[in-house]
Amino acid sequence: MTADRSDSPDMTALADVILRACAAVGNTQSALLPLLHAVQHETGYIDDAAVPLIASALNISRAEVHGVVTFYHDFRRNPAGRHVVKLCRAESCQARGGAAVETVAVSRLGVGMGKTRGDGAVTLEAVYCLGLCAIGPNALVDGRPVARLDAAAIDRIAKSVNA
Amino acid sequence: MTRVFISQDMASIALGVDAVAQAFRDAGCDVVRTGSRGLFRIEPMVEIEDGDRRIGYGPVGPQDVAAILSGSHPNRLGNVADLAFFASQQRFTFARCGVVDPLSDADYAAHGGWRGLEKALGLDRQDVVDCVKASGLRGRGGAGFPTGIKWQTVLGAPGSEKFIVCNADEGDSGTFADRMLMEGDPFCLIEGMAIAAHAVAASHGYIYVRSEYPFAIETMRKAIELAAGRIAPFTLEVREGAGAYVCGEETALLDSIEGKRGQVRAKPPLPALEGLFGKPTVINNVLSLAAVPFILDKGPEAYASVGFGRSRGTMPVQLAGNVRNGGLYEIGFGITLGALVNDIGGGTNSGRPVRAVQVGGPLGAYFPPSMFHLPFDYEAFAEAGGLIGHAGITVFDDSVDMAHMARFAMEFCSVESCGKCTPCRIGSTRGVEVIDRIIAWRGGRQGAGVALPHGLGAALYSRSPERMQSDAAAQTALLRDLCDTMKFGSLCALGGFTPYPVLSALDYFPEDFGAVAAAAEVVEPVR
Repeated sequence: MTADRSDSPDMTALADVILRACAAVGNTQSALLPLLHAVQHETGYIDDAAVPLIASALNISRAEVHGVVTFYHDFRRNPAGRHVVKLCRAESCQARGGAAVETVAVSRLGVGMGKTRGDGAVTLEAVYCLGLCAIGPNALVDGRPVARLDAAAIDRIAKSVNA
Repeated sequence: MTRVFISQDMASIALGVDAVAQAFRDAGCDVVRTGSRGLFRIEPMVEIEDGDRRIGYGPVGPQDVAAILSGSHPNRLGNVADLAFFASQQRFTFARCGVVDPLSDADYAAHGGWRGLEKALGLDRQDVVDCVKASGLRGRGGAGFPTGIKWQTVLGAPGSEKFIVCNADEGDSGTFADRMLMEGDPFCLIEGMAIAAHAVAASHGYIYVRSEYPFAIETMRKAIELAAGRIAPFTLEVREGAGAYVCGEETALLDSIEGKRGQVRAKPPLPALEGLFGKPTVINNVLSLAAVPFILDKGPEAYASVGFGRSRGTMPVQLAGNVRNGGLYEIGFGITLGALVNDIGGGTNSGRPVRAVQVGGPLGAYFPPSMFHLPFDYEAFAEAGGLIGHAGITVFDDSVDMAHMARFAMEFCSVESCGKCTPCRIGSTRGVEVIDRIIAWRGGRQGAGVALPHGLGAALYSRSPERMQSDAAAQTALLRDLCDTMKFGSLCALGGFTPYPVLSALDYFPEDFGAVAAAAEVVEPVR
């Protein structure tokens, strides 16, 4: 992975984000997940440059922070698209035609599962269950739940993403 | 002013209920947002207060406000509590869900809330534990371990600091009871945890909620703030997960709270003795803890009087997937699987025949309709090679390809494996490959192996060409062998139970793995 240096974060700002987050969630190892959530919430992803800062803030090793960032599916190491569509792939959605909807989503949004479109407009991701299992197929579109997805609903999502 | 009750459950919102609520507010109504009643076919639904009754209309949209307020809308359902789907339930845990404003302490208290905690605080710790033991309550997360015995171990464990941890990392597809309860009646969970804290002398608790449930996280955090005075000196906090299914396993969850990778710990030591931060810890599922206020309030006999065999009390069953009346149905153990799927669930939503139901999430077995006589009971399901798990039932119609579902079970395990033990980490990937070969053989049916790209096949299987060349029968034998290794060699339920959906698919739907065709080919020459 090569990082585009022009996109690299402002280190002072990053340190400030971590400092403020630590004030809220604490500075023990147990605060690591809340801290990573806070950093991702503020900056959109966990930049590799944040790892040593977080390690030193919590007095743990960089390896421990790296290990956690890479273990959990939620944490991104690169910025996401401007819109994020999380499509459920679990059994209950499959029982209601989820696989067909996934194919439509990939073609209409113009991006593969787990990928961000070239123009940075949208990231399409798999999610395994949103707990809306009687009304699938389901998705989270920028955090907003959408149920009973069909081709028409995917078209509406594609339109809002492209707007 | 007309009082209107409208759900703000995540599922209702996904169906567009917010626009309906806004339309009623614009029409000058007093809109109370509740949890969901749990029948999604009639949502978005609104309930108009009429004395003691609530007249439901659903499904409705924002354009229907005038017709609803005049009582002329065609989707009038009558008094919601009298609908057969609700009236036939035994709602012990979900009695308030869909009825009350989730964040109204007054509503909660008026509907029987906090009485269990009051009674518990008047009892000795041992008496509270005895009460939970007498109720027969078993862990609702899936394992079915007696909750009272777990509490007893923690109560008896030495140590000045103990914890209560609620496992709200409900990751199983087809389950949503935890989510509905946390969104619709969060005080119930808080009360259950406070009772547990009193019983074992714990001072702090964590609710570990998966990040896929943003609404539940928000509601729980607000509810904890509101209830702080009620549960003091006990304190609670919500921990948000980060998308790892394996953190639903209790020891992985504890590591996750500690700020580590969510990897499974070897047991012993039991979490009850050395749990969170090495301290004695009660770790229970949402539904186990939420059942406790009822048990303390109404008495253990009232809870234990319902049920079947050693499975006492009620189970909030979740009907999901391709089912007509999908939703939450709380009922005493013992009801048959067929009654749940056909009578209450109403069969498939597509109108096609039911072919398979998966009970208990991604690690649960697939059952055909010929097994619908099974009573909903921990032991009966275990005997039949399955599990109740978190009581999610995912229904599939006859368009399902069971080889594909078996492959998905292995794929899901490989995506979610924590990596600590080999049978799960490697076995799941090998499982996907074996099933891929079966599917390819089934498609080609010439008995030849699958050609892997880039000559990989030759490289990988140079020493065992017979495995690459073999037919579905040989591959199936290999798959069974692999399942055996995973079942008995894995550290936790993820690798250990992934064989359930795979083996049940093989056992009950062999035709999807090429077995019928193979048999026919053998029989033909004889004729």
